[in-house]
Amino acid sequence: MTAPRRAAAIVGIHEYASRDVEGSVSPLQIKAFCAARALEDAGLDWSDVDAIYDAGDAGMIPGLTIAEYFGIAPRVIDTTMVGGSSYEFHAAHAARDIAAGRARVALLSYGSTAHSNAQAIGVGTFGMGRRGPADNMEAPYGATLVSNYALVAARHMHQYGTTSEQLAEIPVATRAHAMRNPEAVAAMQALEFLDIREIDVEDVVGSRMIADPLHLLECCMISDGGGAVVIASAEVARDGRKPPVWVIGGGEATAYPVHGRDITRSAAARSGPDAFGQAGVGPDEIDVAMIYDSFSITVLAILEDLGFCKKGEGGSWVEGGRLRFDRAGGPALNTDGGGLSSNHPGMRGIFLLIEAARQLRGESTSQVEGAALAVAHGNGGMLGSRHCAGTVILGRD
Amino acid sequence: MSQPTRPLPGQDEPDTREFWAATKDHELRYQTCESCAAVVFHPRSHCTTCLSGRLRWNVSRGEGTIYTWSAVRQSYHPFFRARVPYAVAWIDLDEGFRMLSNVVGVADPTRDLRIGQRVRLTWEDHDEVAIPLFEPIEA
Repeated sequence: MTAPRRAAAIVGIHEYASRDVEGSVSPLQIKAFCAARALEDAGLDWSDVDAIYDAGDAGMIPGLTIAEYFGIAPRVIDTTMVGGSSYEFHAAHAARDIAAGRARVALLSYGSTAHSNAQAIGVGTFGMGRRGPADNMEAPYGATLVSNYALVAARHMHQYGTTSEQLAEIPVATRAHAMRNPEAVAAMQALEFLDIREIDVEDVVGSRMIADPLHLLECCMISDGGGAVVIASAEVARDGRKPPVWVIGGGEATAYPVHGRDITRSAAARSGPDAFGQAGVGPDEIDVAMIYDSFSITVLAILEDLGFCKKGEGGSWVEGGRLRFDRAGGPALNTDGGGLSSNHPGMRGIFLLIEAARQLRGESTSQVEGAALAVAHGNGGMLGSRHCAGTVILGRD
Repeated sequence: MSQPTRPLPGQDEPDTREFWAATKDHELRYQTCESCAAVVFHPRSHCTTCLSGRLRWNVSRGEGTIYTWSAVRQSYHPFFRARVPYAVAWIDLDEGFRMLSNVVGVADPTRDLRIGQRVRLTWEDHDEVAIPLFEPIEA
């Protein structure tokens, strides 16, 4: 395998601190605030940005809206919208566009007031608006987002003997990381979590069932928030204020209902090998795994699909705290606290890149000693029916 | 105030309107390709296996197997909120298509269902449409 080309790197990051803005700011304002802070972090300015990547959270014709609002004149506009995985797609596309010489400084941003808007993301039902054919077939049945993921968990348990106690290891590990992150603790306070402390497996399986077999503590929060990431060419990155975090591999894939499809196998089984192949590294070399933790099962299925363990063996593999930042034998999982315990305004993908970059700079609140390689994997859409997968491999110098 | 109703399918969605029109006669329809015989579901105007646009409508016998299921305990929708817990499931029909539905007709949806269980079609009638649901075939 050839050595990966180090053409593009994350050079600036910012995560919006507040998870409950109480309606005081708009998603656009959150995006602009974070973008400005991320550019400062990189030692760059608005005028340096020549490529914009946007998932449409600012409204119609997103590339135009955001260029005008920020006050920039991009030469590359990419408005790929694949739900929570959008930002992994954007990072991979930015690296590709920079490597091709089409751009020098790429800006990714996200802003959401999902919590302030009181959106019932997890337990609302779908298909209330204008429907396409798939929605028009499924809308009558009251499948909530949580139950959609629960359909995967139930099948995983049936096929492989996975238990609720094993799935609980994931929220237990991410809560331990959240308790070390002051922003995550403040987030849980702002969102009025009842019990803000480290939790154990008994706490998770003893919490109320939302959609069998998923319990409350296996479900992510709904917060406000946002973030921004600046990705720049090697030339720019070398002059940056912070150590560059190289984008060394990317992969993207889809999965949707087909008769006979094994729904325990997510689109990560296809995006992962592409990303690892391009990077020239394997899962066993990864120090930090930033995996979209909408629910416990999302992480378990994706860890298997990315090749951290064999398909179906994730349950026993995660037992015993393997995913904690200070344990050997596996990657540190979602060291910021994840969507489960730190930040989930609806599309969490950008935070996966931000915390992976913190780790590779040595800035995490649950810092993995000597962290050199990280994976950020976004899952957009719904694991139990149709979703997109974006895998990005990141490495430091 | 009328009772909240299940969210009903649109009657004018181009790919699925024939499917829903047939439910009034209690027919669960699915498509096969005239060229390559592939099963197409959800309904479309093209074959997803070959490039043909010639699809035939067939009527399912309405028997299948629970591929996976979940009992929903919390929903904000007024109709479903009054019915928790209720079961959503992917059903593998014997003719070779998979559809989302509800499994009804059990005392306790959190305990009385299992993956691999045989189910058969049952209908919930509305003015313009009937909703295909499933119930267990005796164990």
